[in-house]
Amino acid sequence: MIFPALFFYLFSGVCIAAAVMVIAARNPVHSVLFLILAFVNAAALFILLGAEFLAMILIIVYVGAVLVLFLFVVMMLDVDFVELRQGFLQYLPIGAFLGGILLIELMLVLIDWTIGPNVQQTIAAPIPPAGSAFNAEALGQVLYTRYVYFFQAAGLVLLVAMIGAIVLTLRHKPYVKRQNIADQIARTKATAIEIVKVRPGQGL
Amino acid sequence: MTIGLGHYLTVAAILFTIGIFGIFLNRKNVIIILMSIELILLAGNINLVAFSAFLGDLVGQVYALLVLTVAAAETAIGLSILVAYYRNRGSIAVEDVNLMKG
Amino acid sequence: MYYAIVFLPLLGAVIAALIALVGARARHPGGPPDVGAKNHAQGPVEENHPRAAPSPDSAHAALDASHSEPQPLQPPAAGSRSAELVTTVFLFASLLLSWLAFVDVGFGHHDSRVALFPWIVAGDLKVDWALRIDTLTAVMLVVVTTISAFVHLYSIGYMEEDPYRPRFFSYLSLFTFAMLMLVTADNLVQLFFGWEGVGLMSYLLIGFWYHKPEANAAAIKAFIVNRVGDFGFSLGIFAVFMMTGAVDLDTVFAQAPALTGKSIHFLSWNVDALTLICLLLFMGAMGKSAQFLLHTWLPDAMEGPTPVSALIHAATMVTAGVFMVARLSPLFDLAPHAQSFVIFIGGTTAFFAATIGVVQNDIKRIVAYSTCSQLGYMFVAMGTGAYSIGMFHLFTHAFFKALLFLCCGSVITAMHHEQDIRHMGGLKDKLPVTYWTMVIGALALTGFPLTAGYFSKDAIMEAAYVSTNPMGLYGFGTTAIAAALTAIYIWRLIFMTFHGSPRDRRHYDEARESPITMLIPLGFLAAGSIFAGYPFRDLFAGHAVSEFFGDSLKFAASNHILDEMHHIPLVVALAPTLLMALGFAITWEFYIRRPELPAELARQQQPLYKFLLNKWYFDEIYDFLFVRPTLWLARVLWKYGDGWTIDGLGPDGISARVLDVTRGVVRLQTGYLYHYAFAMLIGVAALITWFMFGGRVS
Repeated sequence: MIFPALFFYLFSGVCIAAAVMVIAARNPVHSVLFLILAFVNAAALFILLGAEFLAMILIIVYVGAVLVLFLFVVMMLDVDFVELRQGFLQYLPIGAFLGGILLIELMLVLIDWTIGPNVQQTIAAPIPPAGSAFNAEALGQVLYTRYVYFFQAAGLVLLVAMIGAIVLTLRHKPYVKRQNIADQIARTKATAIEIVKVRPGQGL
Repeated sequence: MTIGLGHYLTVAAILFTIGIFGIFLNRKNVIIILMSIELILLAGNINLVAFSAFLGDLVGQVYALLVLTVAAAETAIGLSILVAYYRNRGSIAVEDVNLMKG
Repeated sequence: MYYAIVFLPLLGAVIAALIALVGARARHPGGPPDVGAKNHAQGPVEENHPRAAPSPDSAHAALDASHSEPQPLQPPAAGSRSAELVTTVFLFASLLLSWLAFVDVGFGHHDSRVALFPWIVAGDLKVDWALRIDTLTAVMLVVVTTISAFVHLYSIGYMEEDPYRPRFFSYLSLFTFAMLMLVTADNLVQLFFGWEGVGLMSYLLIGFWYHKPEANAAAIKAFIVNRVGDFGFSLGIFAVFMMTGAVDLDTVFAQAPALTGKSIHFLSWNVDALTLICLLLFMGAMGKSAQFLLHTWLPDAMEGPTPVSALIHAATMVTAGVFMVARLSPLFDLAPHAQSFVIFIGGTTAFFAATIGVVQNDIKRIVAYSTCSQLGYMFVAMGTGAYSIGMFHLFTHAFFKALLFLCCGSVITAMHHEQDIRHMGGLKDKLPVTYWTMVIGALALTGFPLTAGYFSKDAIMEAAYVSTNPMGLYGFGTTAIAAALTAIYIWRLIFMTFHGSPRDRRHYDEARESPITMLIPLGFLAAGSIFAGYPFRDLFAGHAVSEFFGDSLKFAASNHILDEMHHIPLVVALAPTLLMALGFAITWEFYIRRPELPAELARQQQPLYKFLLNKWYFDEIYDFLFVRPTLWLARVLWKYGDGWTIDGLGPDGISARVLDVTRGVVRLQTGYLYHYAFAMLIGVAALITWFMFGGRVS
């Protein structure tokens, strides 16, 4: 009975603490690791909400790929964190003030809201009753039929990102040997072979 | 006590605020900014999934999946830009990133 | 016929102008000024000076270049000869027709009105172009065309070396046209058109040699001082229109008697209407005829070529003021206070100009002040109501004053543009024709018995004596003293120029008599100076006046001046002649018998001499009172009004403010990402706050 609440508070507390440490840590590697922690806890929250597929995807894709990419980049860029300047406190007062305003307003929204009475009729894709299908199966039935165009568009976005990453960072190292297929095919007899008349006993 | 929708939304709000702070409070390096953006997107995702669960609508989760995709793509590009910038400038301290000064 | 008289000069002017324009185009075919040609043209002058062996041409050129020869040596304009001939022939045609008109209108009494085109129709105002031909007009036509034709002929010789002759002749003919429009005007607006036209042509002709800065300054001065007079003239026309509702002369004259006693509310005073109108109109005459206070332009106008001085500033333009008063005699006769003012100004001018003329050293300036003085005489006559006598003096004065100017021109040409009489002397034998014609002119000017001037000038003084006007005796006194001074200055001029031993040997040796084209006009004008008096005296100053002039000059019922003139004491009648003889005697003593006396007298009376030499310090006074404040005001308006206020609030100010704003805005573009993110955060917070509490559903 109290376990859901307990787990909820546990996971959300750790998540928030980890988020704070992300921006407060001195070592950027520590920041990335704390971000990983925050994501894992968020995944746990998702499981509490019954979206286990999404939680796993979060861990596998997001933590396992994207944040590891972050780690690669942090370790590749030679960031000397000892001498990093501290100007942190300059904006803290006004930043805290603005953040506080934002937070309070969000709270105010939450205090006085109710779900509209007509929402039940407008549900686009109702969750199948518990036990009839797994979350993944339910998502698949919706995603590949009604939202297939969005799915394809997401694929295109990923394609563009891939191309962009290559375009931005690829460097041809000068001493690496590689093939130039066009040159290879364009060889002719004239450029490829040199016929030399060799006198017997002379050699080349 | 029963954990209601509001609790989840509160958590998301707090994460969102922390992400915002991270963008302009940090003076260390640009990677912190990118990570703060991830936090903001995470907050959005939590919101979406919470509503999906409490309204009984799968659309929220589909949406969260797509957000995930876009976040991944954007992270990749952002880091590529960062790498290219680092190669040209040799530093990623936030105070040195002011070439667009008008 | 009247069409021809008025429009032939215009046609000639247009033809000459076209020749001038075509020539100018050929000389400078467009594009930036041709520096090479100017340098090339200067070349011959440079080579001539150091050359030791003098040939007549180079010496001539050297002498010319060392004086006031104003033009850089350039080839004469193409078509000069045809321009000269066309304009001169047209003018002589006009002259013949004018004399025919004079006989026809004066004796045959064929007054007419020739309507030309409609002009203004605006509400109550209806103004047409029309020629009014009556005796007064005919007299003026004769004067204008005669003098103009002879000046054209004279200019052919005088302007022989000038490269811009077509332009000159075009201007002369155009001036004649404007003057003819003035004298044939049937309404005040057309008269004003002619008035302005002659003012414009005067500006163009005085500044003909525009490369000389003095000529430019003199032309501007003439135009501006004229403008002051024209301002009064315009106000006068407006007042006439306001009181009578029309500007054409017939209507105005018909309504004039009805205006006596009416008053105009003028700047919180109630002024008698007719007096005010006449005073304002006379202000225009003061400017145009160079009377006291608005006279400063006339001596400076001598910067123009001598034919211009003869035509404009002796015989025609300056007499436009006199003509205008005569034309508006119906109005003036009804305003005795205005007439007093006219006499006062005229008499003062006559006296004051003569005093200055006595000490001047430039030959043309002496004659210019003489003109000024003689115009004063004419206005004295006008003021006393003896309009025909004033016209008579205008008629005779035109002849002998033009003659004097043209003789001056002859002397100047012979002396290679030397104009200072202190450098002349002994020219009597070298320039005989010029000498004798000038003597005739001087005799006429001083009023030697039986010359033309005798009849007209004496008539004026008699009229002033018998005038019932309170200023009449003042007029008589001033003209009498001026008569003596006239004799002094003109005989001084002749003695210093023609008698004695030459003071400048080089010029004296080079001097030779003028070409025939210059001598013919001298001859005719000398004849006119002698014979323009006696035959006409009855018509102008005697018993035939009312028959001759008919309705063109109005004499009020109380104006019996012409009759009373003949009943004066003998002393008064002989006074002018006696004064003239006295003046001659004084001059003879000073300049022939004992030539060291003038310098001695000048040394002893230094302040008085300086006062007269500096023209009563009028130029300095006007410079202090008007010119400097105007320049100061213009500078202030330019620097502060235009520069500081309008530019400051307008383009410069706006551009500076734009720069200020952008400089402030640019500071937002720091280039730091976190600043931008911070700004976004502020924006988000503000938006959310507004949405929640700004009247929306929260």
